[in-house]
Amino acid sequence: MPVFPLGDDRLGWTRRTPVARLVRWAGWLIGVAAFVWCWNRISEVTTWFFVWDAPRIAQDILARATPPRWSYMDHLWVPIWDTLNIATLGTLIALCLAVPVAFLAARNTTPSRVFVRPVALLIIVSTRSINSLIWALLLIAIIGPGVFAGIIAIAIRSIGFCAKLLYEAIEEIDPAQVEAITATGASPLQVMSYGIVPQILPAFAGIAVFRWDINIRESTVLGLVGAGGIGLQLSSSLNTLAWPQVSLILIVILLAVIISEWVSAKIRGAIV
Amino acid sequence: MRKPDTLSDRIDRPWRKPPLIKSLWLRWALAIGAAAYLAAAVFSIEVNWLRVYEGLDRGAEFITSFARLDFVSRAGDIWSGMLESIIMTVTASVVGIAISIPIGLGAASNIAPLPIYLICRGVIAVSRALQEIIVAILLVAIFGFGPLAGFLTLSFATIGFLSKLLAEDIESMDKAQAEAIRATGSKWLQWINYGVQPQVIPRLVGLGMYRIDINFRESAVLGLVGAGGIGATLNTAFDRYEFDTAAAILVVIIGIVMALEYLSGVIRARVQ
Repeated sequence: MPVFPLGDDRLGWTRRTPVARLVRWAGWLIGVAAFVWCWNRISEVTTWFFVWDAPRIAQDILARATPPRWSYMDHLWVPIWDTLNIATLGTLIALCLAVPVAFLAARNTTPSRVFVRPVALLIIVSTRSINSLIWALLLIAIIGPGVFAGIIAIAIRSIGFCAKLLYEAIEEIDPAQVEAITATGASPLQVMSYGIVPQILPAFAGIAVFRWDINIRESTVLGLVGAGGIGLQLSSSLNTLAWPQVSLILIVILLAVIISEWVSAKIRGAIV
Repeated sequence: MRKPDTLSDRIDRPWRKPPLIKSLWLRWALAIGAAAYLAAAVFSIEVNWLRVYEGLDRGAEFITSFARLDFVSRAGDIWSGMLESIIMTVTASVVGIAISIPIGLGAASNIAPLPIYLICRGVIAVSRALQEIIVAILLVAIFGFGPLAGFLTLSFATIGFLSKLLAEDIESMDKAQAEAIRATGSKWLQWINYGVQPQVIPRLVGLGMYRIDINFRESAVLGLVGAGGIGATLNTAFDRYEFDTAAAILVVIIGIVMALEYLSGVIRARVQ
Protein backbone atom coordinates (compact mmCIF):
# COMPACT_ATOMS: atom_id res chain seq x y z
CA MET A 1 0.00 0.00 0.00
CA PRO A 2 1.31 3.45 -0.83
CA VAL A 3 -0.30 4.73 2.38
CA PHE A 4 1.69 4.68 5.62
CA PRO A 5 1.08 6.00 9.19
CA LEU A 6 2.84 9.21 10.08
CA GLY A 7 2.96 8.53 13.82
CA ASP A 8 0.01 10.64 14.90
CA ASP A 9 -3.46 9.72 13.62
CA ARG A 10 -2.78 10.93 10.10
CA LEU A 11 -1.75 8.82 7.10
CA GLY A 12 0.95 9.72 4.64
CA TRP A 13 0.73 9.02 0.92
CA THR A 14 3.37 8.24 -1.66
CA ARG A 15 2.88 7.49 -5.31
CA ARG A 16 4.47 4.06 -5.20
CA THR A 17 4.98 1.33 -2.65
CA PRO A 18 8.53 0.94 -1.29
CA VAL A 19 8.94 -2.29 -3.26
CA ALA A 20 7.81 -0.64 -6.51
CA ARG A 21 10.24 2.20 -5.82
CA LEU A 22 13.06 -0.25 -5.27
CA VAL A 23 12.24 -2.14 -8.45
CA ARG A 24 12.18 1.06 -10.46
CA TRP A 25 15.42 2.24 -8.92
CA ALA A 26 17.06 -1.10 -9.69
CA GLY A 27 15.74 -0.90 -13.24
CA TRP A 28 17.28 2.52 -13.74
CA LEU A 29 20.53 1.33 -12.19
CA ILE A 30 20.73 -1.63 -14.56
CA GLY A 31 19.85 0.60 -17.50
CA VAL A 32 22.53 3.15 -16.68
CA ALA A 33 25.08 0.43 -16.02
CA ALA A 34 24.30 -1.19 -19.36
CA PHE A 35 24.65 2.12 -21.15
CA VAL A 36 27.98 2.89 -19.48
CA TRP A 37 29.29 -0.59 -20.28
CA CYS A 38 28.22 -0.22 -23.93
CA TRP A 39 29.79 3.19 -24.15
CA ASN A 40 33.06 1.85 -22.74
CA ARG A 41 33.09 -0.89 -25.35
CA ILE A 42 32.71 1.70 -28.12
CA SER A 43 35.32 3.90 -26.52
CA GLU A 44 37.82 1.02 -26.32
CA VAL A 45 37.76 0.35 -30.05
CA THR A 46 37.77 4.01 -31.05
CA THR A 47 40.97 5.72 -32.03
CA TRP A 48 40.40 8.90 -30.08
CA PHE A 49 43.17 10.71 -31.91
CA PHE A 50 41.03 10.63 -35.07
CA VAL A 51 38.07 11.97 -33.14
CA TRP A 52 40.00 14.92 -31.71
CA ASP A 53 41.34 15.49 -35.19
CA ALA A 54 37.84 15.31 -36.69
CA PRO A 55 37.08 19.06 -36.98
CA ARG A 56 40.19 19.58 -39.06
CA ILE A 57 39.35 16.58 -41.28
CA ALA A 58 35.79 17.78 -41.69
CA GLN A 59 37.01 21.20 -42.75
CA ASP A 60 39.48 19.64 -45.11
CA ILE A 61 36.80 17.47 -46.76
CA LEU A 62 34.45 20.43 -46.99
CA ALA A 63 37.15 22.50 -48.65
CA ARG A 64 37.83 19.73 -51.16
CA ALA A 65 34.13 19.14 -51.85
CA THR A 66 33.27 22.73 -52.69
CA PRO A 67 32.38 23.86 -55.22
CA PRO A 68 30.55 20.82 -56.64
CA ARG A 69 31.68 19.78 -60.11
CA TRP A 70 28.52 20.78 -61.97
CA SER A 71 29.82 19.45 -65.31
CA TYR A 72 29.63 15.93 -63.88
CA MET A 73 25.83 16.26 -64.08
CA ASP A 74 25.98 14.92 -67.68
CA HIS A 75 27.01 11.53 -66.29
CA LEU A 76 24.19 11.50 -63.76
CA TRP A 77 21.02 11.63 -65.86
CA VAL A 78 21.05 7.91 -66.71
CA PRO A 79 21.74 6.84 -63.09
CA ILE A 80 18.91 9.10 -61.92
CA TRP A 81 16.56 7.45 -64.42
CA ASP A 82 17.74 4.02 -63.20
CA THR A 83 17.18 5.02 -59.58
CA LEU A 84 13.65 6.13 -60.37
CA ASN A 85 13.00 2.85 -62.18
CA ILE A 86 14.39 0.76 -59.34
CA ALA A 87 12.08 2.48 -56.87
CA THR A 88 8.97 2.46 -59.05
CA LEU A 89 9.22 -1.04 -60.52
CA GLY A 90 10.33 -2.42 -57.17
CA THR A 91 7.30 -0.87 -55.50
CA LEU A 92 4.96 -2.24 -58.19
CA ILE A 93 6.32 -5.79 -57.89
CA ALA A 94 6.17 -5.53 -54.10
CA LEU A 95 2.54 -4.43 -54.17
CA CYS A 96 1.57 -7.33 -56.45
CA LEU A 97 3.15 -9.75 -53.99
CA ALA A 98 2.06 -7.94 -50.83
CA VAL A 99 -1.67 -8.04 -51.60
CA PRO A 100 -2.08 -11.82 -51.44
CA VAL A 101 0.24 -12.03 -48.43
CA ALA A 102 -1.83 -9.38 -46.64
CA PHE A 103 -5.08 -11.21 -47.33
CA LEU A 104 -3.54 -14.42 -46.04
CA ALA A 105 -2.26 -12.67 -42.92
CA ALA A 106 -5.39 -10.73 -41.94
CA ARG A 107 -7.40 -12.53 -39.27
CA ASN A 108 -10.72 -11.95 -41.01
CA THR A 109 -9.73 -13.07 -44.50
CA THR A 110 -7.12 -15.77 -43.96
CA PRO A 111 -8.18 -19.23 -45.10
CA SER A 112 -6.60 -20.85 -42.06
CA ARG A 113 -5.49 -19.20 -38.86
CA VAL A 114 -3.40 -22.11 -37.75
CA PHE A 115 -1.53 -23.04 -40.91
CA VAL A 116 -1.59 -20.16 -43.40
CA ARG A 117 -1.49 -17.11 -41.15
CA PRO A 118 1.82 -17.92 -39.38
CA VAL A 119 3.49 -18.51 -42.76
CA ALA A 120 2.24 -15.15 -44.06
CA LEU A 121 3.39 -13.44 -40.86
CA LEU A 122 6.80 -15.09 -41.16
CA ILE A 123 7.13 -13.78 -44.72
CA ILE A 124 6.21 -10.32 -43.49
CA VAL A 125 8.62 -10.24 -40.57
CA SER A 126 11.55 -11.79 -42.40
CA THR A 127 11.34 -9.51 -45.45
CA ARG A 128 10.78 -6.49 -43.24
CA SER A 129 13.59 -7.04 -40.79
CA ILE A 130 16.32 -7.29 -43.42
CA ASN A 131 17.46 -4.04 -44.97
CA SER A 132 17.27 -3.61 -48.74
CA LEU A 133 21.05 -3.23 -48.89
CA ILE A 134 21.44 -6.73 -47.47
CA TRP A 135 18.89 -8.08 -49.93
CA ALA A 136 20.89 -6.32 -52.66
CA LEU A 137 24.12 -7.95 -51.46
CA LEU A 138 22.47 -11.33 -51.56
CA LEU A 139 20.91 -10.81 -54.97
CA ILE A 140 24.16 -9.55 -56.44
CA ALA A 141 25.80 -12.75 -55.29
CA ILE A 142 22.99 -14.71 -56.94
CA ILE A 143 21.98 -12.89 -60.14
CA GLY A 144 24.89 -10.55 -60.68
CA PRO A 145 25.25 -6.81 -60.25
CA GLY A 146 22.98 -4.33 -62.01
CA VAL A 147 19.66 -2.56 -61.95
CA PHE A 148 17.70 -5.82 -62.00
CA ALA A 149 19.18 -6.92 -58.66
CA GLY A 150 18.26 -3.51 -57.23
CA ILE A 151 14.66 -3.82 -58.37
CA ILE A 152 14.27 -7.27 -56.85
CA ALA A 153 15.97 -6.16 -53.61
CA ILE A 154 13.62 -3.20 -53.24
CA ALA A 155 10.67 -5.42 -54.10
CA ILE A 156 11.50 -8.06 -51.50
CA ARG A 157 12.20 -5.50 -48.79
CA SER A 158 8.89 -3.72 -49.49
CA ILE A 159 6.68 -6.83 -49.37
CA GLY A 160 6.77 -7.06 -45.60
CA PHE A 161 6.23 -3.35 -45.06
CA CYS A 162 3.27 -3.07 -47.47
CA ALA A 163 1.70 -6.36 -46.40
CA LYS A 164 1.92 -5.44 -42.70
CA LEU A 165 0.19 -2.08 -43.14
CA LEU A 166 -2.32 -3.57 -45.57
CA TYR A 167 -3.30 -6.50 -43.36
CA GLU A 168 -3.81 -4.12 -40.45
CA ALA A 169 -6.12 -2.10 -42.70
CA ILE A 170 -7.98 -5.27 -43.72
CA GLU A 171 -8.46 -6.25 -40.08
CA GLU A 172 -10.01 -2.86 -39.36
CA ILE A 173 -12.69 -2.98 -42.07
CA ASP A 174 -16.36 -2.64 -41.25
CA PRO A 175 -17.83 -6.19 -41.18
CA ALA A 176 -21.34 -4.88 -41.82
CA GLN A 177 -20.54 -4.07 -45.44
CA VAL A 178 -19.02 -7.49 -46.01
CA GLU A 179 -22.08 -9.09 -44.47
CA ALA A 180 -24.40 -7.00 -46.63
CA ILE A 181 -22.64 -8.12 -49.79
CA THR A 182 -22.63 -11.74 -48.57
CA ALA A 183 -26.37 -11.50 -47.87
CA THR A 184 -27.04 -10.73 -51.55
CA GLY A 185 -25.69 -14.20 -52.38
CA ALA A 186 -22.37 -13.01 -53.72
CA SER A 187 -19.56 -15.44 -54.38
CA PRO A 188 -16.38 -15.10 -52.24
CA LEU A 189 -14.67 -13.29 -55.11
CA GLN A 190 -17.55 -10.83 -55.39
CA VAL A 191 -17.52 -10.28 -51.63
CA MET A 192 -13.84 -9.50 -51.95
CA SER A 193 -14.22 -7.01 -54.79
CA TYR A 194 -17.40 -5.26 -53.58
CA GLY A 195 -17.25 -5.69 -49.82
CA ILE A 196 -13.55 -5.58 -48.87
CA VAL A 197 -11.59 -3.92 -51.67
CA PRO A 198 -13.51 -0.59 -51.70
CA GLN A 199 -12.90 -0.27 -47.97
CA ILE A 200 -9.13 -0.74 -48.14
CA LEU A 201 -8.49 1.02 -51.45
CA PRO A 202 -7.64 4.42 -49.88
CA ALA A 203 -5.28 2.75 -47.39
CA PHE A 204 -3.73 0.75 -50.21
CA ALA A 205 -3.07 3.83 -52.32
CA GLY A 206 -1.61 5.63 -49.32
CA ILE A 207 0.69 2.71 -48.50
CA ALA A 208 1.83 2.44 -52.12
CA VAL A 209 2.81 6.09 -52.36
CA PHE A 210 4.40 6.08 -48.91
CA ARG A 211 6.53 3.07 -49.75
CA TRP A 212 7.47 4.54 -53.13
CA ASP A 213 8.80 7.59 -51.32
CA ILE A 214 10.88 5.41 -48.96
CA ASN A 215 12.08 3.32 -51.91
CA ILE A 216 13.38 6.38 -53.72
CA ARG A 217 15.56 7.05 -50.67
CA GLU A 218 16.73 3.48 -50.43
CA SER A 219 17.43 3.07 -54.13
CA THR A 220 19.79 6.05 -54.08
CA VAL A 221 22.23 4.06 -51.93
CA LEU A 222 21.76 0.58 -53.42
CA GLY A 223 24.55 1.32 -55.88
CA LEU A 224 27.06 1.29 -53.02
CA VAL A 225 26.94 -2.49 -53.14
CA GLY A 226 26.66 -2.56 -56.94
CA ALA A 227 22.91 -2.75 -57.50
CA GLY A 228 22.62 0.10 -59.98
CA GLY A 229 21.37 3.64 -59.72
CA ILE A 230 23.08 6.81 -58.60
CA GLY A 231 24.78 5.02 -55.70
CA LEU A 232 27.19 3.43 -58.20
CA GLN A 233 28.44 6.87 -59.18
CA LEU A 234 28.61 7.82 -55.52
CA SER A 235 30.70 4.81 -54.63
CA SER A 236 33.10 5.24 -57.56
CA SER A 237 33.50 8.93 -56.75
CA LEU A 238 34.18 8.08 -53.11
CA ASN A 239 36.68 5.43 -54.07
CA THR A 240 38.60 7.87 -56.27
CA LEU A 241 38.32 10.58 -53.58
CA ALA A 242 36.61 12.86 -56.12
CA TRP A 243 34.98 15.01 -53.44
CA PRO A 244 33.53 17.65 -55.82
CA GLN A 245 31.61 14.84 -57.55
CA VAL A 246 30.52 13.41 -54.21
CA SER A 247 29.07 16.73 -53.14
CA LEU A 248 27.20 17.08 -56.45
CA ILE A 249 25.76 13.56 -56.10
CA LEU A 250 24.73 14.26 -52.51
CA ILE A 251 22.94 17.41 -53.66
CA VAL A 252 21.13 15.41 -56.35
CA ILE A 253 20.13 12.72 -53.83
CA LEU A 254 18.90 15.36 -51.39
CA LEU A 255 16.81 16.97 -54.14
CA ALA A 256 15.40 13.60 -55.20
CA VAL A 257 14.43 12.81 -51.61
CA ILE A 258 12.78 16.20 -51.11
CA ILE A 259 10.88 15.98 -54.42
CA SER A 260 9.67 12.44 -53.79
CA GLU A 261 8.55 13.37 -50.29
CA TRP A 262 6.69 16.37 -51.68
CA VAL A 263 5.03 14.27 -54.41
CA SER A 264 3.99 11.57 -51.96
CA ALA A 265 2.63 14.11 -49.46
CA LYS A 266 0.58 15.73 -52.26
CA ILE A 267 -0.82 12.43 -53.50
CA ARG A 268 -1.62 11.22 -49.99
CA GLY A 269 -3.29 14.56 -49.26
CA ALA A 270 -5.43 14.15 -52.39
CA ILE A 271 -6.44 10.58 -51.47
CA VAL A 272 -7.38 11.08 -47.85
CA MET B 1 -21.18 15.16 -72.32
CA ARG B 2 -22.76 12.97 -69.69
CA LYS B 3 -26.51 13.08 -69.37
CA PRO B 4 -27.92 14.26 -66.04
CA ASP B 5 -28.58 11.25 -63.85
CA THR B 6 -32.24 11.29 -62.84
CA LEU B 7 -34.16 8.46 -61.24
CA SER B 8 -36.14 7.71 -64.42
CA ASP B 9 -32.86 7.38 -66.29
CA ARG B 10 -31.53 4.89 -63.81
CA ILE B 11 -34.61 2.69 -63.62
CA ASP B 12 -34.43 -0.36 -65.88
CA ARG B 13 -30.69 0.09 -66.40
CA PRO B 14 -28.26 -2.31 -64.75
CA TRP B 15 -26.01 -0.85 -62.08
CA ARG B 16 -22.44 -0.22 -63.00
CA LYS B 17 -19.53 0.41 -60.74
CA PRO B 18 -18.74 4.12 -60.69
CA PRO B 19 -15.29 4.80 -62.14
CA LEU B 20 -12.45 5.65 -59.77
CA ILE B 21 -11.53 8.82 -61.63
CA LYS B 22 -14.51 10.85 -62.80
CA SER B 23 -13.06 12.60 -65.82
CA LEU B 24 -12.78 10.30 -68.84
CA TRP B 25 -9.98 12.39 -70.29
CA LEU B 26 -7.88 12.29 -67.12
CA ARG B 27 -8.46 8.57 -66.77
CA TRP B 28 -7.10 7.82 -70.23
CA ALA B 29 -4.26 10.29 -69.90
CA LEU B 30 -3.14 8.64 -66.65
CA ALA B 31 -3.45 5.15 -68.10
CA ILE B 32 -1.48 6.01 -71.25
CA GLY B 33 1.11 7.92 -69.25
CA ALA B 34 1.59 5.03 -66.87
CA ALA B 35 1.84 2.52 -69.72
CA ALA B 36 4.36 4.68 -71.56
CA TYR B 37 6.49 5.09 -68.43
CA LEU B 38 6.39 1.37 -67.69
CA ALA B 39 7.38 0.49 -71.24
CA ALA B 40 10.26 2.99 -71.15
CA ALA B 41 11.38 1.77 -67.74
CA VAL B 42 11.27 -1.91 -68.59
CA PHE B 43 13.07 -1.45 -71.91
CA SER B 44 15.82 0.63 -70.34
CA ILE B 45 16.79 -2.18 -67.98
CA GLU B 46 19.46 -4.46 -69.25
CA VAL B 47 19.03 -7.89 -67.80
CA ASN B 48 21.63 -10.48 -68.55
CA TRP B 49 19.24 -13.41 -68.49
CA LEU B 50 22.03 -15.90 -69.01
CA ARG B 51 23.71 -14.62 -65.84
CA VAL B 52 20.39 -14.74 -63.99
CA TYR B 53 19.84 -18.30 -65.16
CA GLU B 54 23.30 -19.30 -64.05
CA GLY B 55 22.66 -17.63 -60.71
CA LEU B 56 19.51 -19.62 -60.03
CA ASP B 57 21.58 -22.55 -58.78
CA ARG B 58 23.27 -20.28 -56.30
CA GLY B 59 19.87 -18.89 -55.28
CA ALA B 60 18.62 -22.41 -54.63
CA GLU B 61 21.79 -23.10 -52.67
CA PHE B 62 21.14 -20.00 -50.55
CA ILE B 63 17.56 -21.00 -49.83
CA THR B 64 18.52 -24.55 -48.92
CA SER B 65 21.32 -23.19 -46.71
CA PHE B 66 18.62 -22.05 -44.29
CA ALA B 67 18.17 -25.74 -43.58
CA ARG B 68 21.84 -26.13 -42.59
CA LEU B 69 22.65 -22.96 -40.72
CA ASP B 70 26.29 -22.64 -39.81
CA PHE B 71 26.70 -20.81 -36.54
CA VAL B 72 29.90 -22.60 -35.68
CA SER B 73 32.65 -22.01 -38.22
CA ARG B 74 32.52 -18.23 -37.85
CA ALA B 75 31.05 -18.12 -34.37
CA GLY B 76 33.62 -15.60 -33.15
CA ASP B 77 32.92 -13.13 -35.97
CA ILE B 78 29.16 -13.49 -35.65
CA TRP B 79 29.28 -13.02 -31.89
CA SER B 80 31.52 -9.95 -31.93
CA GLY B 81 29.61 -8.39 -34.84
CA MET B 82 26.26 -8.96 -33.18
CA LEU B 83 27.53 -7.60 -29.88
CA GLU B 84 28.80 -4.49 -31.63
CA SER B 85 25.46 -4.04 -33.40
CA ILE B 86 23.60 -4.33 -30.11
CA ILE B 87 26.00 -1.95 -28.35
CA MET B 88 25.54 0.61 -31.12
CA THR B 89 21.77 0.19 -30.93
CA VAL B 90 21.65 0.67 -27.15
CA THR B 91 23.92 3.70 -26.97
CA ALA B 92 22.49 5.39 -30.06
CA SER B 93 18.92 4.85 -28.87
CA VAL B 94 19.63 6.26 -25.40
CA VAL B 95 21.54 9.28 -26.67
CA GLY B 96 19.22 9.84 -29.63
CA ILE B 97 16.07 9.73 -27.51
CA ALA B 98 17.65 11.95 -24.84
CA ILE B 99 18.52 14.57 -27.45
CA SER B 100 15.28 14.29 -29.36
CA ILE B 101 13.10 15.12 -26.35
CA PRO B 102 14.27 18.75 -26.03
CA ILE B 103 14.30 19.12 -29.81
CA GLY B 104 10.79 17.67 -29.98
CA LEU B 105 9.65 20.17 -27.34
CA GLY B 106 11.25 22.96 -29.32
CA ALA B 107 9.64 21.82 -32.55
CA ALA B 108 6.10 21.87 -31.16
CA SER B 109 4.52 25.11 -32.32
CA ASN B 110 2.18 25.38 -29.33
CA ILE B 111 4.87 25.52 -26.66
CA ALA B 112 8.01 26.86 -28.34
CA PRO B 113 8.68 30.45 -29.37
CA LEU B 114 9.08 30.98 -33.11
CA PRO B 115 12.89 31.25 -33.39
CA ILE B 116 13.44 28.04 -31.41
CA TYR B 117 10.67 26.36 -33.39
CA LEU B 118 12.36 27.20 -36.67
CA ILE B 119 15.79 26.02 -35.50
CA CYS B 120 14.43 22.71 -34.21
CA ARG B 121 12.37 22.12 -37.34
CA GLY B 122 15.51 22.81 -39.37
CA VAL B 123 17.47 20.19 -37.42
CA ILE B 124 14.67 17.68 -37.97
CA ALA B 125 14.46 18.41 -41.70
CA VAL B 126 18.21 17.95 -42.17
CA SER B 127 18.25 14.73 -40.17
CA ARG B 128 15.32 13.27 -42.07
CA ALA B 129 16.56 14.21 -45.52
CA LEU B 130 19.93 12.51 -45.11
CA GLN B 131 20.02 8.76 -45.51
CA GLU B 132 21.61 6.78 -42.69
CA ILE B 133 24.11 5.15 -45.03
CA ILE B 134 25.20 8.46 -46.52
CA VAL B 135 25.62 9.99 -43.07
CA ALA B 136 27.61 6.91 -42.09
CA ILE B 137 29.93 7.29 -45.10
CA LEU B 138 30.64 10.90 -44.23
CA LEU B 139 31.13 10.16 -40.52
CA VAL B 140 33.44 7.25 -41.28
CA ALA B 141 35.49 9.58 -43.45
CA ILE B 142 35.65 12.09 -40.61
CA PHE B 143 35.90 9.94 -37.47
CA GLY B 144 37.56 6.84 -38.86
CA PHE B 145 36.28 3.26 -39.03
CA GLY B 146 34.49 1.68 -36.12
CA PRO B 147 31.33 1.73 -34.05
CA LEU B 148 31.69 5.38 -33.03
CA ALA B 149 30.68 6.46 -36.55
CA GLY B 150 27.76 4.04 -36.46
CA PHE B 151 26.69 5.27 -33.05
CA LEU B 152 26.74 8.89 -34.22
CA THR B 153 24.83 8.01 -37.40
CA LEU B 154 22.07 6.21 -35.58
CA SER B 155 21.78 8.92 -32.92
CA PHE B 156 21.49 11.54 -35.62
CA ALA B 157 18.83 9.54 -37.49
CA THR B 158 16.92 8.93 -34.25
CA ILE B 159 16.69 12.65 -33.61
CA GLY B 160 14.95 13.33 -36.92
CA PHE B 161 12.50 10.49 -36.53
CA LEU B 162 11.58 10.84 -32.89
CA SER B 163 11.55 14.62 -32.56
CA LYS B 164 9.20 15.00 -35.49
CA LEU B 165 6.68 12.48 -34.19
CA LEU B 166 7.00 13.77 -30.62
CA ALA B 167 6.45 17.35 -31.77
CA GLU B 168 3.34 16.29 -33.70
CA ASP B 169 2.03 14.50 -30.64
CA ILE B 170 2.63 17.54 -28.43
CA GLU B 171 0.91 19.76 -30.98
CA SER B 172 -2.20 17.61 -30.91
CA MET B 173 -2.36 17.30 -27.11
CA ASP B 174 -5.27 18.42 -24.94
CA LYS B 175 -4.81 22.10 -24.14
CA ALA B 176 -7.09 22.06 -21.09
CA GLN B 177 -4.76 19.94 -18.96
CA ALA B 178 -1.74 22.05 -19.75
CA GLU B 179 -3.70 25.22 -19.02
CA ALA B 180 -4.93 23.84 -15.71
CA ILE B 181 -1.32 23.33 -14.60
CA ARG B 182 -0.46 26.80 -15.84
CA ALA B 183 -3.33 28.24 -13.81
CA THR B 184 -1.84 26.89 -10.59
CA GLY B 185 1.08 29.23 -11.12
CA SER B 186 3.57 26.55 -12.13
CA LYS B 187 7.00 27.28 -13.50
CA TRP B 188 7.85 26.35 -17.08
CA LEU B 189 9.53 23.09 -16.11
CA GLN B 190 6.62 22.13 -13.84
CA TRP B 191 4.23 22.97 -16.62
CA ILE B 192 6.05 20.62 -19.01
CA ASN B 193 6.43 17.96 -16.33
CA TYR B 194 2.81 17.87 -15.13
CA GLY B 195 0.82 19.36 -18.02
CA VAL B 196 2.52 18.04 -21.14
CA GLN B 197 4.62 15.02 -20.22
CA PRO B 198 1.81 12.74 -18.91
CA GLN B 199 -0.08 13.25 -22.15
CA VAL B 200 2.75 12.30 -24.47
CA ILE B 201 4.65 9.68 -22.47
CA PRO B 202 2.69 6.60 -23.73
CA ARG B 203 3.33 7.54 -27.32
CA LEU B 204 6.92 8.46 -26.58
CA VAL B 205 7.54 5.03 -25.08
CA GLY B 206 5.91 3.34 -28.07
CA LEU B 207 7.90 5.38 -30.56
CA GLY B 208 11.09 4.86 -28.60
CA MET B 209 10.64 1.09 -28.74
CA TYR B 210 9.92 1.28 -32.45
CA ARG B 211 13.03 3.35 -32.98
CA ILE B 212 15.18 0.85 -31.07
CA ASP B 213 13.86 -1.77 -33.47
CA ILE B 214 14.75 0.40 -36.49
CA ASN B 215 18.17 1.24 -35.03
CA PHE B 216 19.01 -2.42 -34.68
CA ARG B 217 17.97 -3.17 -38.25
CA GLU B 218 19.99 -0.21 -39.52
CA SER B 219 23.01 -1.14 -37.43
CA ALA B 220 23.11 -4.39 -39.40
CA VAL B 221 23.92 -2.52 -42.63
CA LEU B 222 26.20 0.22 -41.33
CA GLY B 223 29.04 -2.30 -41.33
CA LEU B 224 28.95 -2.28 -45.13
CA VAL B 225 30.50 1.18 -45.13
CA GLY B 226 32.82 0.52 -42.21
CA ALA B 227 30.74 1.94 -39.40
CA GLY B 228 30.81 -1.15 -37.21
CA GLY B 229 28.32 -3.91 -36.52
CA ILE B 230 27.37 -7.21 -38.06
CA GLY B 231 27.18 -5.81 -41.62
CA ALA B 232 30.88 -6.30 -42.31
CA THR B 233 30.72 -9.98 -41.32
CA LEU B 234 27.63 -10.45 -43.46
CA ASN B 235 29.28 -8.76 -46.43
CA THR B 236 32.32 -11.02 -46.12
CA ALA B 237 30.12 -14.09 -45.91
CA PHE B 238 28.29 -13.13 -49.11
CA ASP B 239 31.51 -12.26 -50.91
CA ARG B 240 32.95 -15.66 -50.08
CA TYR B 241 29.69 -17.40 -51.02
CA GLU B 242 29.48 -18.80 -47.50
CA PHE B 243 25.73 -18.89 -47.67
CA ASP B 244 25.25 -21.04 -44.59
CA THR B 245 27.06 -18.48 -42.44
CA ALA B 246 25.15 -15.64 -44.10
CA ALA B 247 21.87 -17.46 -43.53
CA ALA B 248 22.79 -17.97 -39.87
CA ILE B 249 23.45 -14.23 -39.47
CA LEU B 250 20.15 -13.39 -41.17
CA VAL B 251 18.30 -15.77 -38.89
CA VAL B 252 19.86 -14.12 -35.84
CA ILE B 253 18.87 -10.66 -37.14
CA ILE B 254 15.30 -11.78 -37.84
CA GLY B 255 15.11 -13.43 -34.43
CA ILE B 256 16.26 -10.31 -32.60
CA VAL B 257 13.90 -8.10 -34.59
CA MET B 258 11.01 -10.42 -33.80
CA ALA B 259 11.93 -10.44 -30.11
CA LEU B 260 12.13 -6.64 -30.10
CA GLU B 261 8.76 -6.38 -31.81
CA TYR B 262 7.21 -8.72 -29.27
CA LEU B 263 8.81 -6.78 -26.42
CA SER B 264 7.62 -3.45 -27.78
CA GLY B 265 4.11 -4.87 -28.14
CA VAL B 266 4.14 -5.94 -24.46
CA ILE B 267 5.55 -2.62 -23.27
CA ARG B 268 3.14 -0.55 -25.35
CA ALA B 269 0.19 -2.55 -24.07
CA ARG B 270 1.32 -1.90 -20.48
CA VAL B 271 1.93 1.81 -20.94
CA GLN B 272 -1.30 2.65 -22.74
